[in-house]
Amino acid sequence: MTGDFAVWVYLSRTPLLWLTVTLVAYVVADRIATATNRNPLANPVLVAIALTAAVLEVTRTPYATYFEGAQFVHFLLGPATVALAFPLYEYRATVLRALAPMLAALVVGSVVALSSALTLGHLFGVPREVIVSLAPKSVTTGVAMGIAQTLGGDPTLAAVIVMLTGMTGGILVTPLMNLLRIRDMRARGFAAGLAAHGVGTARAFQVDVVAGAFAGIALGLNAFLTAMLAPIAVSFLR
Amino acid sequence: MIIGLTLILAAQLLGEALARATGVPVPGPVIGMALLLVFLVVRDRYARVAAKILPPPLVNGQLEGAGRGLLANLSLMFVPAGAGIVGRLDVLAVHGAALAVIVVVSTLTTLAATALTFVWVSRWMRSGEGA
Repeated sequence: MTGDFAVWVYLSRTPLLWLTVTLVAYVVADRIATATNRNPLANPVLVAIALTAAVLEVTRTPYATYFEGAQFVHFLLGPATVALAFPLYEYRATVLRALAPMLAALVVGSVVALSSALTLGHLFGVPREVIVSLAPKSVTTGVAMGIAQTLGGDPTLAAVIVMLTGMTGGILVTPLMNLLRIRDMRARGFAAGLAAHGVGTARAFQVDVVAGAFAGIALGLNAFLTAMLAPIAVSFLR
Repeated sequence: MIIGLTLILAAQLLGEALARATGVPVPGPVIGMALLLVFLVVRDRYARVAAKILPPPLVNGQLEGAGRGLLANLSLMFVPAGAGIVGRLDVLAVHGAALAVIVVVSTLTTLAATALTFVWVSRWMRSGEGA
């Protein structure tokens, strides 16, 4: 008993254990997604997060300890974002032909994302500093936290809302697009990347490479445009 | 694979440095993506020179392989941050169900508006070409 406990105490403090837990959770989640024929509800990000969070909860592991191991996976987000250049380059002819629809969708999408969040927040009587943290919800986490902070919001709350938005978008994009009868993979991917940043982009890559390439472009462009528009939009709030 | 990864990391590093130095509100990795894109364009424009001076893994498709491997597992990379968010859900609870409703409604509206604009403009342009 005490021997087992000593092994646990040792392992639970090494990065190896938590890195392995993260990977195993992802492998299991990915198997579930494949088994359900990539059903949007069996979103591997969502399932893997739920599994990992459950393990942390049951073992009463502090997040800081977990992150010691998980940081190696987290770190790869940066290089993966850089790697979006490959599909973008491979489909450059398709992308260049769609320049006008892309720019129009970017402006409309970015304005709708901001104004809908602000209007709904106002209607529901949400306090100002919370509305400000809601404003950049469609943008990738790092930029959203920065925007929320400059506008007087709460960066942690912004990060939670961003992740929630990503999950919502990643799960709902396929059923919504089917409902709207939009079959154009460029449009579907662009919308996923614009509204649901990296999580939407990950979903797009699961469905189609062209969708993924357009999602990646939308993710980058919207981070830039929202950072420009958010201060203007928030100034309309009283 | 190491050489490909080195190039990707170098692009990110340069991107982060540029983002910090100029203060533009774009994440460093996104600038790194643009830099890598420039690299790919230049490499293929001067393919013969590139084949001579660049290490083989950067011109024989191995670089692209490393990139594909990263992107295929993009979902995995959100797990650590997501697991951290689960512990912070209390900040949402304070504000009740309103926030969840706002997030879902606003995200659906944004998805629909973006995709429909894309489809309409693309259809409008095509009909313009035909006329």
